[in-house]
Amino acid sequence: MNEDKLQVAESDRDESLYPVSRRDFLKGLGGGIVILFAAGDPSATGQGRRGERPDFNAYLRIGEDGRVTCFAGKVELGQGPMTSLAQTLADELDVSLYSVDMVMADTARCPFDAGTWGSTTTPQFGPILRAAGAEAREVLIGLAAVRLKVPKDRLAVEDGVVFDKTQTSRKVTYAELTKGKKITRKLQTAPTIKTVGQYNLIGKPINRLDAADKVTGRAKYAGDIRLDGMVYAKVLRPPSHGAKIKSFDASAVDGQDGFEVVRDGELVAVLHKYPDMAEKALSKLKVEYDIPEPRFDDKTVFDYHMKNAGNGRVNGKPAGNLDTGERLSKTVVEETYLNGYVAHAPMEPHTAVAHFEGNKVTVWASTQTPFGLQRQLISDLGMPAENVHVIAPFVGGGFGGKINFDQAIQVVKIAKIAKKPVQLAWSRADEFFYDTHRPAAAVKIKSGVDASGKIVLWDYGIYGMGGRGAGLFYDIPHNRVTIYQRHHLLKTGPWRAPDNNTNSFARESHIDLMAARAGIDPLDFRLRNIKDEKFQRVLKAGADKFGWTAANKSPSGRGYGMACGFDVGVPVVLFAEVKVDERTGAIQVKRVVCAQDLGLVINPEGVALQTEGCITMGMGYALTEEVHFTGGKVHDENFDTYQLPIFSWVPEIEMVLIEADHDPSRGAGEPAIICMGGVLINAVYDATGARLTQIPMTRERVRRALAQRA
Amino acid sequence: MNENISFTLNDKAVSVNTDGERPLLWVLRTDLGLTGTKYGCGKALCGACTVIMDGMAIRSCVIPVSSVKGKTILTIEGLAKNGKLHPIQEAFAKHDALQCGFCTPGMILNAYSLLLSNPEPSRQDIIDGMEYNLCRCGAHTRIIRAIEEAAQEMKGAR
Repeated sequence: MNEDKLQVAESDRDESLYPVSRRDFLKGLGGGIVILFAAGDPSATGQGRRGERPDFNAYLRIGEDGRVTCFAGKVELGQGPMTSLAQTLADELDVSLYSVDMVMADTARCPFDAGTWGSTTTPQFGPILRAAGAEAREVLIGLAAVRLKVPKDRLAVEDGVVFDKTQTSRKVTYAELTKGKKITRKLQTAPTIKTVGQYNLIGKPINRLDAADKVTGRAKYAGDIRLDGMVYAKVLRPPSHGAKIKSFDASAVDGQDGFEVVRDGELVAVLHKYPDMAEKALSKLKVEYDIPEPRFDDKTVFDYHMKNAGNGRVNGKPAGNLDTGERLSKTVVEETYLNGYVAHAPMEPHTAVAHFEGNKVTVWASTQTPFGLQRQLISDLGMPAENVHVIAPFVGGGFGGKINFDQAIQVVKIAKIAKKPVQLAWSRADEFFYDTHRPAAAVKIKSGVDASGKIVLWDYGIYGMGGRGAGLFYDIPHNRVTIYQRHHLLKTGPWRAPDNNTNSFARESHIDLMAARAGIDPLDFRLRNIKDEKFQRVLKAGADKFGWTAANKSPSGRGYGMACGFDVGVPVVLFAEVKVDERTGAIQVKRVVCAQDLGLVINPEGVALQTEGCITMGMGYALTEEVHFTGGKVHDENFDTYQLPIFSWVPEIEMVLIEADHDPSRGAGEPAIICMGGVLINAVYDATGARLTQIPMTRERVRRALAQRA
Repeated sequence: MNENISFTLNDKAVSVNTDGERPLLWVLRTDLGLTGTKYGCGKALCGACTVIMDGMAIRSCVIPVSSVKGKTILTIEGLAKNGKLHPIQEAFAKHDALQCGFCTPGMILNAYSLLLSNPEPSRQDIIDGMEYNLCRCGAHTRIIRAIEEAAQEMKGAR
């Protein structure tokens, strides 16, 4: 057997930080060619703190049968990495897309990955995967040159077959080359990857590789795991966040035919071999709680934040001097924008299965963070890394909400006490309660425009959330962004393009308001105040596709709106047309055009799916979605009061992708959603003259704004 | 109270002995091991648990299993025949009418029922018929397109 083991400096590695060692990964892989690779600079990606990153975090193997396997810690949540990563790798290796198998999100089989979030898979993981593919191809061509006795530069590859360009009958397959070999390489220096013009698959629309499993019901999610002796747990949801158990009596359930009650502090669960029976039995538990006095509710949360704001801290780099800006202003515009809590509401509620065997535990969980969960369990259980195995199978939607893995922590506690395999799926009401909601926030803006239509002042205050998306791409000489203290009684966390939905809604509403006060067309006003060439290109391309023309009055009555945004390196512009029923306050979105610059697009079909998803999901937070609560008590428990977008809402969606094949790839899962609040609020203004300052634009709020029209 | 409940499931006779008040969804998923039917809300509000009973789409999360006695139930596992996908499944895959896939079995079976009762639906008929099946990922326009194409395909096959 041919051994070409690569020596890697291990001196700076602290093995205890790495859940599974390199040796464990490579063990049992069998023959073939293995390429190890590290995905990106962790300081740039937020993927782990310095010193925590292993020296490789994915690998690929070309087996002795010629099949390619890519092992990556990323999770398939519906956003399509199973397809786009396979596509990327197959292109660089010159193999058929269908000869690539993806092994994902399994802590025992895949190297560390910080999590699937923030549109990082395509821009950060993709390029390294390509480099690894190119490296593997180089190794294979080297082997083929020896085997065929042909110099390397005379060889070419097509569909996994290496051949002599001058005599195509002289050829050898990848499978023939890898047969009987065991070669391990670690990617050290960047090999030559393909460039524009050389791609076979990159840039082509590719159908989802997981579709066959998903249309037949074969796709396995965490709740589809079945183990011998497994029981189902249902957790007793407390009446409020912050509630503490005062008295507890489980005698009506515990020990009754087939039922078991488990308690660990505030965590209470009923176990039964049927989940429906366990759920039904929850109502028979006699538990009383102490509930903290509510400090605010969904209506007063904004005032509470603004009154208890603290001194705030300046975000990013302020510029100029606000007093000077105000002096230069011809028109000063002040407004406050409000946006409530929203739920992630993935169709699959958080689910997990825990199985202790001897000194090991295996956990299947619907999570965006399998390795984060593994680390948490290592610490909670005091177990060594190699004994804690986490798998995220197909996940039924995440949107940031499954970065939180509380359901898995709960089920592990329960299974440890119950001493048998346990599955826990949150009910829909649990999901609304335990969810890490997008935080409610208020944004206060004071801005000024000079006589030439230039924005010269921008004083921007954020109450209740962070600053993603608050950085300015408008050129404003005197500006400052301040972030004030947060107070939340519900759990909050990242929600698809965190902060940016609210920041973009506030900013773009305000830009339109200023344009109207200055008597300038909203597109013209933006073009005057954004210098960036890329942004200009996106604005013009989108306007062209939409057929935007300046109206001779504002509001024009056409129901046209626009909004810009910038997220994960992507300039994005949305245009929309709406119709408002002034009697009911109902808004019908007729048409949305999205223009964005995503750099090199790997899978245009995947981009279309993600963009349509952003626009559709974004209608929810713009029009209806809002979590109602009093103190720590969440009133919404299901889809009857919490209205998701439905079929009849869906507008005609059109897309423009700026051609930028020479630029790095960017993720498409977040940018388009950030503009939905702003574009629709601006379109409603253009349709009716009613300027709303709060989303969601419920019918009631629309009617109120119509009544208050100047 | 446990009782014997017999019905036809995906062309096979099955019998379960269980409490008849239990929702069909959980009997399918646990007792019968068919996990393609999904729980999304438990209150007939989302459609992820949709199955076909005697040709009609029903929400199995609120149907007591006792009420399917003697009936014919079709779940997503029974839709493809002899390894060949049903035209609706084909069309969903072809149009990428899904992302996370969790609502997909319910979407497909609801569409199946829709096309049984209305083989040549207009676009508006499809929207109306699918209205209360929820998809969080936003695959709606593709689902509509897939159903339109499946209807054409099935019409050709008739």
